[in-house]
Amino acid sequence: MQKYSIFNLIKNAFSGHQKWDLAWKDATPKKEYDVVIIGGGGHGLATAYYLAKEHNITNVAIIEKGWLGGGNMGRNTTIIRSNYMHDDNALFSEFGMDLWRRMSQDLNYNVMFSPRGIINLAHSDAQMNIFARRGNSMRLNGIDAVLLNREEVKEIIPMADFSDNVRFPIFGGLMQPSAGTARHDAVAWGYARQADSMGVDIIQNCEVTGFDVSGGKINGVRTSRGDIKVKKIGLCVAGSTNILAEKLNMTIPVETHLLQACVTEPLKPVLDKVVTFGAGHFYISQSDKGEMVMGGDLDGYNSYAQRGNLPTLQHVLTEGIAMMPFLSKLKMLRTWGGIMDMSMDGSPIIDKTHIEGLYLNCGWCYGGFKATPASGWTFAHTIAQDRVHKLNEGYSLSRFNTGHLLDEKGLGTKTWIS
Amino acid sequence: MLHIKCPHCGMRSQNEFSYGGDATVKRPELNKEISDQEWDNFVYNRKSLRGKHLELWQHLSGCRQWIKVERDTATHEIFKTLKANEDI
Repeated sequence: MQKYSIFNLIKNAFSGHQKWDLAWKDATPKKEYDVVIIGGGGHGLATAYYLAKEHNITNVAIIEKGWLGGGNMGRNTTIIRSNYMHDDNALFSEFGMDLWRRMSQDLNYNVMFSPRGIINLAHSDAQMNIFARRGNSMRLNGIDAVLLNREEVKEIIPMADFSDNVRFPIFGGLMQPSAGTARHDAVAWGYARQADSMGVDIIQNCEVTGFDVSGGKINGVRTSRGDIKVKKIGLCVAGSTNILAEKLNMTIPVETHLLQACVTEPLKPVLDKVVTFGAGHFYISQSDKGEMVMGGDLDGYNSYAQRGNLPTLQHVLTEGIAMMPFLSKLKMLRTWGGIMDMSMDGSPIIDKTHIEGLYLNCGWCYGGFKATPASGWTFAHTIAQDRVHKLNEGYSLSRFNTGHLLDEKGLGTKTWIS
Repeated sequence: MLHIKCPHCGMRSQNEFSYGGDATVKRPELNKEISDQEWDNFVYNRKSLRGKHLELWQHLSGCRQWIKVERDTATHEIFKTLKANEDI
């Protein structure tokens, strides 16, 4: 594989940049693999990369129904953070933050990781107390957290509404300075390029039509491009998890819902933090192109549509304008939707299943993008070693049966309640 | 925007309704031995079908009745709406 460097950039300039190697090859499926990863999104690509890099398993195929990184990997709002209170979530996410910090060097691909900080706004004394508690929990787990009062928040984001007669005045906020954003597509492409260079086959336009299971064991997978013999399969399909679970006669504690996001026209730099509204569900950041990137609530009913409805968008943007009134002057550039695998306690599942050789990675709810490296790393470990890593012990499938739920937000099983 | 035909009030906008989830989920019967698996299936496990999906909605800003709606989760087309005690 050609290394991306200043020297190679200059060298290739002489040939008009026509002679760069392809970043990855367009593979055709072989008859047999050691491991098949279903889903060519961020998590699937990262899993394949860490299988090859950390566990030396390179006879691996990634099967993707559409195109690489075309699902939620290409639809998210690129936020990276580890501001969780519960140990399982906090330690997993902070392990991921370490991988994010090293990612551009590790992948030899600029993922434009920008640790600009995230501020969760508080709008009451009670919320300030809750944030103080969460901040303390984070710090005990080695994660940076700063509790800001109203004046400190005002200094950082003066464009927010600090007038006194608002419905939800800003009392303060909890900031994680090391949180941030990254270029989402670059993450997919970086992982794909490295995985491919180590021998992983990336097979696009290949739909899974069924599984070959006998005696409680995985023997193969049937696809639109032929049958593949394989002993280990990793399911990494986010919003399509329920569809594949049905083919495996499994019902899982996940519902598929629609989440929208949108961007405004580009404007000059105004906001250098990720900010979330505390009295509803709204988050905003400014992209490198200058667009204000925004998102919020689910549409609120089961959906596979990958496109949303206006009432939710209106509701979310009303919150945005309440928080930062200047947004009302901007024109909307694009809106889009993606389908989320909403788990019943709001936390993900990375685990083995009752079928030998079948591994499950799903339930990422609103937070799949930031988990990409840690999810890939722990899922690769779970597949390669046939046992979960300490980091994803808490993300077991059986927790719904045993009662060890990881209900970070305390919302219970109604996934459509935001 | 969805337009949902409330069986009590007629065609109304989605804004008047709130969602209640899968309508085919049945609470385990009382006075009967209930396994953990049965509770799991009631509380957590969902088919979350792609295609026709029978679901509960409440006409919250209308007659406040719970109703059943058969809707396509891929196209959002609504085929049929029923009173809560009616079966499809």
